[in-house]
Amino acid sequence: MNILVCIKRVPATAGQITLTPDGQDIDTRYLGFTISPHEECAVEEAVRMIEAHGGITTVLTLGPEAATDQLRDAMALGIERAMLLETDGREWDPVATASAIVQAIEAERAAGRSYDLVLFGNESADSAGYQVGVRVADALDLPCVTGIKAIELADGHATVRRQTESGWETAEVSLPAVLTVKEGLNLPRYPSLPGRLKAKKKEIGRIKPQWQGGGLEKIRLKLPVQAEHTVEILGTNGDAGAQLVEVFQRLRLL
Amino acid sequence: MILAFIEHVAGAPTMLSLEVLTMASRLARKMGTQLEAVAIGPKAVAAAEILSSYGVSTLHVADDQRLDDYAAAAWAHAVADLAARVNPRVIIGTASDRGGEVIAHVATRMTMPMAANCTEIVPGDPFTVTRQRWGGSLLEEAHLKGTIKLLTIAPHALAAEASPSRTQVATDTFSPALEDKDFRVRLKISLAQARVVVGGGRGVGSAEGFAALEELAGLLGGAVGCSRAVTSLGWRPHSDQVGQTGTRIAPDLYIACGISGAIQHMVGCRAAKHILAINTDPGAPIVAQADFAVIGDVQKVLAAVNAEVRRVKAGEPSRSPA
Ligand SMILES: Cc1cc2nc3c(=O)[nH]c(=O)nc-3n(C[C@H](O)[C@H](O)[C@H](O)COP(=O)(O)OP(=O)(O)OC[C@H]3O[C@@H](n4cnc5c(N)ncnc54)[C@H](O)[C@@H]3O)c2cc1C
Ligand SMILES: Nc1ncnc2c1ncn2[C@@H]1O[C@H](COP(=O)(O)O)[C@@H](O)[C@H]1O
Repeated sequence: MNILVCIKRVPATAGQITLTPDGQDIDTRYLGFTISPHEECAVEEAVRMIEAHGGITTVLTLGPEAATDQLRDAMALGIERAMLLETDGREWDPVATASAIVQAIEAERAAGRSYDLVLFGNESADSAGYQVGVRVADALDLPCVTGIKAIELADGHATVRRQTESGWETAEVSLPAVLTVKEGLNLPRYPSLPGRLKAKKKEIGRIKPQWQGGGLEKIRLKLPVQAEHTVEILGTNGDAGAQLVEVFQRLRLL
Repeated sequence: MILAFIEHVAGAPTMLSLEVLTMASRLARKMGTQLEAVAIGPKAVAAAEILSSYGVSTLHVADDQRLDDYAAAAWAHAVADLAARVNPRVIIGTASDRGGEVIAHVATRMTMPMAANCTEIVPGDPFTVTRQRWGGSLLEEAHLKGTIKLLTIAPHALAAEASPSRTQVATDTFSPALEDKDFRVRLKISLAQARVVVGGGRGVGSAEGFAALEELAGLLGGAVGCSRAVTSLGWRPHSDQVGQTGTRIAPDLYIACGISGAIQHMVGCRAAKHILAINTDPGAPIVAQADFAVIGDVQKVLAAVNAEVRRVKAGEPSRSPA
């Protein structure tokens, strides 16, 4: 079985987001970077599938050279191959991102590697376009199920489940297919030290796709307006008991 | 014209869809154009009643029974077919799981860009949207290109507001040219909600043996379940398991095929209104607890039942019992 996981390098934002002065990006000078959380689960799921069913996993990202960090993080968890679609750091819109990924998958197919399963996050943490996976599926003419929180594989098909307001919804789809997943699918493992060392030495395949504009052109980012807000400090450590009881009563909890 | 993709339950639009309609009718006014809507699924026509308070002039309803159950690709095909015919300037939907998925498929079909989770729309050239990123902790102002603007509206970006004056809503039924591949993802009725569950135990004999149960469940519009023995043997996924450590079901009819009726299994189907047992052993505990029973081999009994049900569904008279 051949599984491809598409991940995105995103800033690990903390309590507050700060923008660059030109409003084009998040100020990441003091931030680390990480794999988008839904996609961490996709990585974990791919590793588990290969452990259970055998095969080869590949991780792919479209991003700057520094995104090799995230590819290595994925390899440290047990992904075997990695591919970087290298950009100059500019943000690609969903149409452009999807088309670069489709080209990479087609190039792999031409070289003799076709994927039984392509995993995506349901949406990327930073830009949340909710579409790259769907677009790739449609372009490759593969069936697609989004928003998945459980996958079971059995010869040639997948039974997947997603959570709806009214309970679980189950779908069955034959492979090859595209699945987009959500956090909660599994609990990703921590990388082991040997895993990290092994990942460091692995080779990363590189492609440099042509920059493409897309149909969604970012003008600027802005922070939502925060309402004025004051906090009532009720005390410190053990001296706040009475005040807390008063609050509970005010809220009719006692 | 602006086309709003409406999600509804038996003709009652969801709260998020009413928000979308509110946004869409304001947008239509700003653009000096009409608002139309498309709804898919059972009783979609009934949505006209409520849409009349949101300035909708026409409700398009897809007429194809295969669209009754949700299938993202098929629903998107229907919307894209309609769009090709009525030529909207904007297609707008909710940013719910389904709305987002359907509009993304429509976007790829029509080779158009799409903006997800919009909170504001300023029409014109350029067509400017404000959309949520990072789950709403950040907003992006962007130009949405493409000759047809596709967007989804973030939940609760505005309050739904019905207009005091009602419009006359015309209904247009259309038949999209669906293809088999639109139904490659088969949505299964969930075990917990199915009105009929056909459960199989070790007595079914093999994983392949469940084909007959699948067929009967399909014919009756139900779901397939199983016992823990079957899950342990790897014949069915755990999500099918009925019982203490599986799913609790409450169907109108539970058809237990080749299941002994162990207490751990029975607690999972206790809420069934009726139980029909099919078992070779008349002394099996399940038989004593069932409302109806057939004594015999699962495969033989089901082969006969399925043939009979198929015959009746095809409009032929049932063969009277010999
Ligand atoms: C893309 C992305 C998506 C994410 N999505 C989510 C998400 O959906 N949900 C989520 O929760 N996180 C999410 N995270 C992680 C998030 O950024 C934080 O890392 C996480 O929420 C921190 O959890 P925490 O507050 O429990 O831990 P910490 O940040 O470690 O905070 C612990 C707090 O406990 C206080 N504390 C410590 N000791 C005591 C004590 N003895 N008594 C009282 N207080 C004490 C500390 O002062 C501190 O405020 C996401 C991160 C990324 C990058
Ligand atoms: N630059 C990228 N490189 C690789 N995969 C990506 C990239 N951007 C998005 N994806 C994948 O597409 C999914 C949906 O992204 P989006 O449409 O931006 O919400 C993400 O969860 C990723 O799996």
